[in-house]
Amino acid sequence: MKITLDADKCCAAGQCVLVAPEVFDQRDEDGIVVLLDAEPPADQHEAVREAAAICPAAVIEVHE
Amino acid sequence: MTARPLAVVGASAAGLAAAEALRRLGWRGPLTLIGDEPHLPYDRPPLSKQLLHGTWEPERLLLRGKDQLDALALDLRLGTRATGLDAATRTLTLDNGETLACAGVIIATGVAARTLPGAEGLTGVHTLRTLDDALALRARLTGTGHRLVIVGNGVLGCEAAAVARELGHDVTLVGVEPIPMAAAVGTEIGELLAEEHRAHGVTLHTAAVAGFDASGGAVTGVRLANEGPPGNGGVAAGGAGTGGSTRLPADTVLLAIGSTPAVGWLGDDPVLDTSDGLRCDAYCGAAPGIYAAGDVARWEHPVHGRPVRFEHRMNASEQGMAAARNMLAELAAADAAGSAFADAFEGAPPERRPFAPVPYFWSDQYAVKLQAYGLTTGADRVETTVLDRAGCRAVALYGRDGHAVGVLAAGLPPRQVRGLRAVIAAPVPWEEARERVRAATAAG
Repeated sequence: MKITLDADKCCAAGQCVLVAPEVFDQRDEDGIVVLLDAEPPADQHEAVREAAAICPAAVIEVHE
Repeated sequence: MTARPLAVVGASAAGLAAAEALRRLGWRGPLTLIGDEPHLPYDRPPLSKQLLHGTWEPERLLLRGKDQLDALALDLRLGTRATGLDAATRTLTLDNGETLACAGVIIATGVAARTLPGAEGLTGVHTLRTLDDALALRARLTGTGHRLVIVGNGVLGCEAAAVARELGHDVTLVGVEPIPMAAAVGTEIGELLAEEHRAHGVTLHTAAVAGFDASGGAVTGVRLANEGPPGNGGVAAGGAGTGGSTRLPADTVLLAIGSTPAVGWLGDDPVLDTSDGLRCDAYCGAAPGIYAAGDVARWEHPVHGRPVRFEHRMNASEQGMAAARNMLAELAAADAAGSAFADAFEGAPPERRPFAPVPYFWSDQYAVKLQAYGLTTGADRVETTVLDRAGCRAVALYGRDGHAVGVLAAGLPPRQVRGLRAVIAAPVPWEEARERVRAATAAG
């Protein structure tokens, strides 16, 4: 799995961090998403798919 | 025997999330996604922000790329409206006359913008719900110095006012509520926002609208019913040419006076309760094999213990996923009766789960970001702490029946905001929540 972000679209909701805190974080100053691991291990895949699905700004793209 | 299709009616955020979840959870059979707009699924929150502002073009709003949609192998019916549903047989009727007998149906038809009598057909009067609406308003506001009157001072009206000011237009915000967004956020946060709008040059009026003035079929002004009976609780709109003494000149008018759940197409089937949205149980189920998600769904929130309906972007996705899961679980359990469901289903059937999200919404106006968790409407108690009035930084706690049920942050750093979510994930005794909010906002 490979993750790409369109961070300019991020609305700083932080839901991805709640769902997959080992893969996503937020910038301190404005809450914009930060990718911690672009190719996360298998045990993170389900959480990443959920984070991508609920992201309210469609920022996260998952390439399986 | 070929499986009947699963159908999702409504191709916006909730409908798309439902379709994706159905595939992710193992549905390999036919899957129909029906949308009445001609566009591929797109995102609505940017309509009143980046799209209206002109910083984004429509392609930027698409929720998924073409390859991602192709991977779902959808029978995608865009520009197609569902006109009826026989709940007993789960049969949809479409506006092209086609009928579609389905194994299950997820209803995600959203809401439609409310309008006012006398506004129909007047050039320059707009609503803002769809991409086409937003593009029309944006085209209307080409150049600078337009006189825009926004009717309705809720979230949408306030966001559009901020953008229009940034674009250099003359903006007047009219609402029946004396304080902007007060119904959603309470009076003190609303007053902070009002100050922000005034500081940016927006003129605020508290009034109902009595009618519109027009010349040659184009709007030239909005008449206010400021001599009408006070506290009538609604927008007292008459047709053109009646009532009102204050007249606001306008070349463009935006009606942002709320919306109506799109349930009319469901008719009056007694199986479905369509008062204020489609009534659902805690599993988002409206009837056997029929589920609902997003703005249109009014479901029994298992934690808050009452039916709620949210027109929030986050809820659309989460509820779409939940409705999909629970519908598949129901259909799998019913499969013993001998449908072709199992042939089209791969993997372990999901379990039914009550849908119990922590509600979330946000709003951007000028440089202010509001983020709220839980229930902020219908509070019987609100406590607002203004941390920095000039910087519009504040936190507010919303209570009901002795418990804290919602929290809002304006201008707080992200880590503190996430901490506030934990405070309000479920109703907490008021005093305990106060302490936890203090602790969460003390650091940093």
